[in-house]
Amino acid sequence: MARHRCPECGYEYDEVSGDDHEGYAPGTKFSDLPEDFVCPDCAVIYKEDFVTEQRSAT
Amino acid sequence: MKGYTATLKSGEAIYYIDRKRWLWTLSVLYPVQPFLGMWLHARTGQPGWLLLPLLSGYVIAPILDWLVGEDENNPPEAVVPQLEKDRFYRVLTYLVVPLHYASLIGAAWWAATRELPLWAFFGLAMVAGIASGLAINTGHELGHKKSAFERNLAKIVLAVPFYGHFWIEHSRGHHRDVSTPEDPASSRMGESIYRFALREIPGAFLRAWHIEKERLERLGHSAWHRDNQILQSGILSLALQLGIVIAFGWSMIPFLVVHNVFAWWQLTSANYIEHYGLLRRKEANGRYERCQPQHSWNSNHIISNLVLFHLQRHSDHHAHPVRRYQSLRHFDDLPQLPSGYFGAYLLSYVPWLWYRVMDRRLLALPHVAGDLDRVNIQPGKRARIESRYRHLLATDET
Ligand SMILES: [Zn+2]
Repeated sequence: MARHRCPECGYEYDEVSGDDHEGYAPGTKFSDLPEDFVCPDCAVIYKEDFVTEQRSAT
Repeated sequence: MKGYTATLKSGEAIYYIDRKRWLWTLSVLYPVQPFLGMWLHARTGQPGWLLLPLLSGYVIAPILDWLVGEDENNPPEAVVPQLEKDRFYRVLTYLVVPLHYASLIGAAWWAATRELPLWAFFGLAMVAGIASGLAINTGHELGHKKSAFERNLAKIVLAVPFYGHFWIEHSRGHHRDVSTPEDPASSRMGESIYRFALREIPGAFLRAWHIEKERLERLGHSAWHRDNQILQSGILSLALQLGIVIAFGWSMIPFLVVHNVFAWWQLTSANYIEHYGLLRRKEANGRYERCQPQHSWNSNHIISNLVLFHLQRHSDHHAHPVRRYQSLRHFDDLPQLPSGYFGAYLLSYVPWLWYRVMDRRLLALPHVAGDLDRVNIQPGKRARIESRYRHLLATDET
């Protein structure tokens, strides 16, 4: 389970918690997000430009 | 006046005062102009005063822009975090929200309760529409922010001109697709504003609906579920406008229609001039390149910037959509409009004049350099544009 951060605005997609407003259930892998996923907060960063951070715990 | 201290990377300490700090209150006061007209009407008995805000938008503001000129100052990057945190600036954007409601309700009440000639009645509806066009601008500034409070305020203020879908459409639609042929909110070279409006107004709504429907589907809901944010804002609009009709009578129906359409027209005008003809390149992976500063037209004219929460520093806004209005920057060598937005709107209403001024500027941009393949061009207009601007186009001979 990794966290993926938008390098523009700091939005974080955490695979553990998903994103309940956007409709991504907890546990949804970042790679399973739609191909046209853009940052839900700033909308200018495409999926492949997110920065991946591995979680140390859990 | 409040100042900020910061230390530059070099170790040098700086002290910065934002000279525009209090001037930003103009963005709060400008939308309540309908009341100025009503007050002058009440004092003089002349209904012509009701149209004063039309005069200030279409005549006085462009002249003031021209007289007062441009401002290229940027806050030093080292103080930007403090500037962003300073509550003063965001409180202004909160304060203006109830004022937008007051402007519409006040103008409607005035139109319904005074004996007005027909031209003044509909003139006042247009005046209210201009104020509510500014409500879209307020909703724009608020809607880009990350806090739930500001986003909710955005939805509330966008309900005034019945434009609740804008919050979804603008960020997730327009910012994603800006300056591409697919974006209904980016105008094309050779496309008149009137033709653009017919593509933009329905196109933007449908895109917003589609984005929201997809979100609701992921949540396992139908598009008509109560979580639909477009419907939520729409219900607020309906309550407000139905309330006005119930309170002030049937004459409010044509009044509100004119008001709504004229408010939308303000946004259409802004969208038309903000990205005219600009095109992002497609990369090898099929994605468009990230929106660059050269993909927006800008204006540094002080007066129009001060009443529009810095909207005209549009390149920096598209590069960094979450950045607050007080910190938006000017950069050298950006596409520049010949005037502030209000003057540019007027120009765009006369298409041949707009083409005459803007096509030349567009083709002369460093990243375009006369290459029509680097331009977002109206399908079917290419041949005509090629022959008209032959002398401005890059040739293959070199
Ligand atoms: Zn982001």
